[in-house]
Amino acid sequence: MRLMPFLVSAAVTAGLVFTLNIQLKSGTSKTPRLGYFLSPQHGFWKNAEKINTDFNASLVANELKGDVDVYMDDRLVPHIYAEHDEDAYFVQGYLHAKFRLWQMDFQTRVASGRLSEIAGADKLSIDRFFRRLGMVYGAEKTEASINATNPVMKATVDAYTAGVNAYIKQLSPEDLPFEFKLMNYAPEAWTPKKTYLFLMFMSYDLTGRSAAADLQLTNTRDYLGYDLFDKLYTNQQDSLDPIIPKGTAYSTPAITPLKPVGSDLAYLHKQDPNLAFKTSEAPEAPNKNNGSNNWAVSGTKTKSGRPILCSDPHLGLNLPSLWYEVQITTPTHSTYGASFPGSPAVIIGFNDSLAWGVTNAGRDVLDYYELKFKDSTQKEYWFNGTWQATTNRQEIIKVKDSADVVENIAMTHWGPAMFDAFYQNPQSKGRNLAVKWTAHDASTGVETFYQLNRAKNIDDYLHAISLWKCPGQNFVVATKSGDIAIKQQGNFVARWDHQGDFIMPGSDTAYDWQGIIPMSENPFIKNPERGFVSSANQKPTDATYPYYLGTAGAFPLYRGISVNKQLAALSQITAQDMQAMQTSNYNVFAEMARPALMKFIQTDKLSSDAKRMVAKMTNWNLYNNEHETGITAFKVIWDSVEDAVWGDELAGSTIPLTKPESYILLEQMKRDSNFSVADDIRTKNKIESLQEQVMLGVENATKKLIALEKENKLEWSLFKATRVLHLTKIPALSRMNLPIGGGVNIINATSENHGPSWRMVVHLTDEIEAYGLYPGGQSGNPGSPYYDSFVDYWAAGKYYRLLFMAKEKLKANEHTKWHIQFKTA
Amino acid sequence: MKTSLSQSVKFIITVLLTVIAAYAVGIYGNLPWWSFVVTNILIAVAIPQKPIYAFLSGVLGIGLLWFSLAFIIDSQNNHLLSSKVANVLPLHGSYISLIILTTVVGALLGGLAALTGSYIRKS
Repeated sequence: MRLMPFLVSAAVTAGLVFTLNIQLKSGTSKTPRLGYFLSPQHGFWKNAEKINTDFNASLVANELKGDVDVYMDDRLVPHIYAEHDEDAYFVQGYLHAKFRLWQMDFQTRVASGRLSEIAGADKLSIDRFFRRLGMVYGAEKTEASINATNPVMKATVDAYTAGVNAYIKQLSPEDLPFEFKLMNYAPEAWTPKKTYLFLMFMSYDLTGRSAAADLQLTNTRDYLGYDLFDKLYTNQQDSLDPIIPKGTAYSTPAITPLKPVGSDLAYLHKQDPNLAFKTSEAPEAPNKNNGSNNWAVSGTKTKSGRPILCSDPHLGLNLPSLWYEVQITTPTHSTYGASFPGSPAVIIGFNDSLAWGVTNAGRDVLDYYELKFKDSTQKEYWFNGTWQATTNRQEIIKVKDSADVVENIAMTHWGPAMFDAFYQNPQSKGRNLAVKWTAHDASTGVETFYQLNRAKNIDDYLHAISLWKCPGQNFVVATKSGDIAIKQQGNFVARWDHQGDFIMPGSDTAYDWQGIIPMSENPFIKNPERGFVSSANQKPTDATYPYYLGTAGAFPLYRGISVNKQLAALSQITAQDMQAMQTSNYNVFAEMARPALMKFIQTDKLSSDAKRMVAKMTNWNLYNNEHETGITAFKVIWDSVEDAVWGDELAGSTIPLTKPESYILLEQMKRDSNFSVADDIRTKNKIESLQEQVMLGVENATKKLIALEKENKLEWSLFKATRVLHLTKIPALSRMNLPIGGGVNIINATSENHGPSWRMVVHLTDEIEAYGLYPGGQSGNPGSPYYDSFVDYWAAGKYYRLLFMAKEKLKANEHTKWHIQFKTA
Repeated sequence: MKTSLSQSVKFIITVLLTVIAAYAVGIYGNLPWWSFVVTNILIAVAIPQKPIYAFLSGVLGIGLLWFSLAFIIDSQNNHLLSSKVANVLPLHGSYISLIILTTVVGALLGGLAALTGSYIRKS
């Protein structure tokens, strides 16, 4: 043995194995373990799926009560035919895992504050945020309540869980989904709690905006003072076209919430203590545009004489998609639609008898209460004139390559003390704040979908949604028998005016919620004379509704106007007409805002460049189509005018404040031209008119537009650059710069990374005629041709005909390609 | 003293054995990805060759195996995943670069392992 060369070569070999076997630092992130990742028998190459993969399979599962047949169509949509309901959910769980396992793991990790465990200390502030918001707390309460009181739901979620785990159990290490290899961790067993955590995340996504908005609004109010604030952030919306038509009469309310004595001073004008604390980064607040359209037209307006229902939820656009299409057929029901990987049943879809869809209600169901702790131990807080004890909730955050972090959360009458001496962000400004949120109450949301999947008529639908608490939704329904209806449902707080818009005092029960509005008083309309029902996240009712709805900024105004206008104008409607409307790019906001702007623009006083840009705007056809440049000119000009008008009022703040909604400026422009807020408060000796500010905005906008023109980015789709982002935000795994129009305020609500996440049109003829798609693909594997197979079709505004039929018919259908057989042992 | 003919036969046999053994230990995903390092050392101990030939048989054996597997997988996948990964890693989206990188990593480690083994035997 030649010792020296042996030692050297052994050392080099071992060193190389070691280096290729660990994650190396690369900028702010880490590389995969390169040797493992590149190994063709272990790493990412194993995820490169054959283009013509054969998905036929025969599997045995002890957990099943009977055999289950799954037929996969050519879009990789499974059609599950089971003899027992629980078996169907077992197989749904198995298929979700087979095609979406990493996403299921990742999303529930985000929800439960467990990102640090796989990504290290960088993610700690996001984890702490979700822990302290009570995400795990809420999921635990739901689980305990379902286990104790709801055997059918427990069996359903258990069967689903068993299906997910049956897949995980047979998964060999080399077949782990791609992202596990990239990020170097392994999946763990699924649990019912993870399903509830996922649903908590949807509650956060759809109602959690208040967690940021209430703080920001409080800071804005403190900064401006109440009087100026009240002028800038008025809740009045002149052009509102509510979900329930104006003029509908409402019965006397069951609850009359009482405004606490002295709250004008103690609550509305309250000054902030301005203490200094170390702050941590807050995660991105849920997108302001999380919203949706849904509507149903009755047979009186359609060509066939049968209703048509449409639903397109607007959410973050991600790969793998939030949605997974599925048909579930058992002796009790037959349902098709979009499901959530992570949860049993269909979430938005249709069955043999009816179709349903949802949009977000946008009502405020999360409030902050300011606490006064006795001392730094946070064991007591001032409440109704005495020191009240807190209880301690401990949450342990595991951190990769680092010690565990323990969150001690003081639990109060209101809920968890989210912000305290140990946790602050720039907007919390040193306050001790407890959070009260309807999502903390045990949820029965899973059962709503379970029942909707089986609903046969309006009564069944009403019963199903009566179980729905959070996030509040507008449930639209249309039945084969000809009924259409919409109801805003959820646990909504009976509020006095402005209750919960800002941080409330936490020392006095007078500020507590005084009740939940009874379901019978939630806005509802069935078979209205106008022949359609609709919602687009606008306020549900006019001002005669007896309860306070919350700040108007939570209710986008213009999509609803557009939907109702178009529906009112249509007759002899076909499913194709509805597709055209769902993908319509008409800009009703610009229709109103352009003439209002032009009132103030003195064209002869503009520079020649500005003249040219204003001309682009005025010659524009008001459609946000892909290649239009007029919309880009309009948008940049409008935004610059807003900046010129509001910018000075908000400029001095060190933290971001809430910008007034666009409707406030527009309605002000339409109302009168002597709008005092137009004045630039920074110029002491001069009072600027709205006209001067508009002219200034146009000139500022022109500079931006000329720069865009030089970069060749004036065309709307190039300017907007819509993308469907992988959940890790890695561009290589995403679809960037899609050729698509639309935008905020547009029925086709496609903005940068947000928009119609599932489009569905259901014509309730004897044999249901349904169309739909989502911007993604059925497989979550970036190495599969089915990863993003619907994206181009979606961007082009096209639809797939959805195959919904009985087993024998589907088996023989030309689109059916594979058969997965599940046999009971 | 061995003839050059028997040396080349031995070389070829070693390469083939290297491929087969590495492939075999790679089938079971439960074994670590670097298991071929062990089989390469063992083969180099069992079949004595000059260090340079041992090194080359290791390079060729693992290089060939990793290249062929990656190449076949990639062709059957129409470069879908490799083009993405070649953007996740700084390879400008070139699937060819990614296959070369894969081959080089395997070959280098394969060669070093065999070299190490050859020094155990060599006196």
